Amino acid sequence: MLTDWEKQRTERRTRLEAGSRYANGKLVASEKTKVLLETVIRPGDRICLEGDNQKQADFLAEVLASVDPSRIHDLHIVQSGIVLQAHLDLFERGIARKLDFSYSGPQGAALARALTAGKIELGAVHTYIELFARYFMDLTPHVALIVARQADRDGNLYTGPNTEDTPTIVEATAFKSGIVVAQVNEIVDKVPRVDIAGDQVDFVIRTEKPFYVEPLFTRDPASITENQILMAMMAIKGIYAEYGVKRLNHGIGFPTAAIELLLPTYGEQLGLKGKIATHWALNPHPSLIPAIESGWVQQIHSFGSEVGMDDYMSARSDVYFVGDDGSLRSNRLMCQTAGLYACDMFIGSTLQIDLEGNSSTFTSGRIAGFGGAPNMGSDAHGRRHPTPAWLKAGRESWDGDRKLMRGRKLVVQILETFGEKMAPNYVETLDSVAMAEKLKFDLVPVMIYGDDVSHIVTEEGIANLLLCRTSAEREQAIRGVAGFTDVGRGRDRKAVEALRRRGIIRRPEDLGIDPLAASRQLLAARSIKDLVTWSGGLYQAPSKFRNW
Amino acid sequence: MEQFQVRGTTERRAGGNRDRAVIGVNASGNLEVLVERVLPDSECLVDVATAVTGFGRIWEAVIQEFLERTSPGGLKFSINDGGARPDTVTLRLLQSVRLMEDEA
Repeated sequence: MLTDWEKQRTERRTRLEAGSRYANGKLVASEKTKVLLETVIRPGDRICLEGDNQKQADFLAEVLASVDPSRIHDLHIVQSGIVLQAHLDLFERGIARKLDFSYSGPQGAALARALTAGKIELGAVHTYIELFARYFMDLTPHVALIVARQADRDGNLYTGPNTEDTPTIVEATAFKSGIVVAQVNEIVDKVPRVDIAGDQVDFVIRTEKPFYVEPLFTRDPASITENQILMAMMAIKGIYAEYGVKRLNHGIGFPTAAIELLLPTYGEQLGLKGKIATHWALNPHPSLIPAIESGWVQQIHSFGSEVGMDDYMSARSDVYFVGDDGSLRSNRLMCQTAGLYACDMFIGSTLQIDLEGNSSTFTSGRIAGFGGAPNMGSDAHGRRHPTPAWLKAGRESWDGDRKLMRGRKLVVQILETFGEKMAPNYVETLDSVAMAEKLKFDLVPVMIYGDDVSHIVTEEGIANLLLCRTSAEREQAIRGVAGFTDVGRGRDRKAVEALRRRGIIRRPEDLGIDPLAASRQLLAARSIKDLVTWSGGLYQAPSKFRNW
Repeated sequence: MEQFQVRGTTERRAGGNRDRAVIGVNASGNLEVLVERVLPDSECLVDVATAVTGFGRIWEAVIQEFLERTSPGGLKFSINDGGARPDTVTLRLLQSVRLMEDEA
């Protein structure tokens, strides 16, 4: 009996031949894109429509959302970000049915509505590398619609600084007989560097407009409050300095931006230069420019790029990963792996924290997704190399046999007690619990599980959860820094004072921090314009952040 | 507009020799605190004028905790509030006591 072992390759050849009728070599005119997609995509296909929290294959998304649903339907979308209106239109129009994704920031509310209305069959919400891992296991794309800055006629792609997810998507698709279609801003004779080899790319379309990139990691120093500065001071003195944290990742909130802007001022006063925060897995945060310029930072690897930072990074190749062509090379999979295995600390904000320290960004009616935080903010049990910070955290949490002690990652949540409109950030029960019930999820969405969290920082103080030995201690430690929220006011005052005497809770005064010093004068840059000045004019701030 | 007072007894005189200090601004989400050393050492008083009504219980809790934390004997605090969150109120009050300790 003859067995066909090449069904996938045969299928690929058939689709390529059909598609090549609309191409000149690999090049396809933009007006032929719709018919090309209707030809190379089949109902039920798994599709990766490239888009994350930064760059977007926006042209291909628009065109895919406009195909004839009687020809193309029941697609299974497997992609990092549900970010554009077109991504939701795919489901509204019946082109796609099933979804596995990671991040949905701006479309969080619309996504929740579509799920409630039964328009989307949700597989799971993943972390980035978890979804990438599944590209190589059970969610391999049949067709990848990707985005790059430039292509040559052989299909070699130059992504520019925003390489991000592209190599991972293409690896999974091209080597499993899938089809790769790229939108590019320009066709050139020779690309500055080859980010994706041409033999992995089947069709290339030049678009009228350059692809969209969201400046997600730009925080205007003008919006940083004194309480955020106070929290940043506590974090630097009470955590970075105490553990000697050199290798780390920062989230995108204002408190971590404040930390970045205090390194060259407050950090310098404490004599910490060279002792903390030297190696980073970090997007190119403009707010880190003063620390870089002051010689604090040895090296940064990035998940993606950031609007306006290209020239600055090109001119700082000792710090950033830069190709021989002179532009940044980012890579989300590599950087997430660095964050998981080679960082001693993750510090970031969230939207809600419960009494066990679980956190969530899924608040009433919003499915924000996870992105990279659950990966950055988790203790990697496969880690085997020691560092002083990792061992100290391990010692604090370990009561067992000292000979066989393991280390711990520092996972720090830095979050004020109240959010917008006096909504408490510390709660008895996460909103995501009710949401999971309503939407019949098998798993309650949790951003970072409480047992991975080592510290919580609020304006009231630091709670060290590593040192807690019982769930009751843990609960009082969290209540003890939850300020005047209901959770905070429900504290057992005696228990909290006992935790304070043991150093589990530390107030600013316990750390020798003067509240008067928590002033905006302490920020190394107090505006976007200051950041431009620090960069010697190399940072080109996006227009929405310019007010001069 | 809502106005109220919280009085406290204190264990000791607030530090420093300044008679008067002002910190903060009466802007949206912020507050201005005027501190005056005008009371006996065993007393303190917080006068609140706030643009936002209905948070009396939280104000009281914030002020009580502040008085316990700092024991600002002899000081009268006049707050002009533009709808600041409790954490901002606490920070400003702590800053105002520290300011009274600074050399004028």
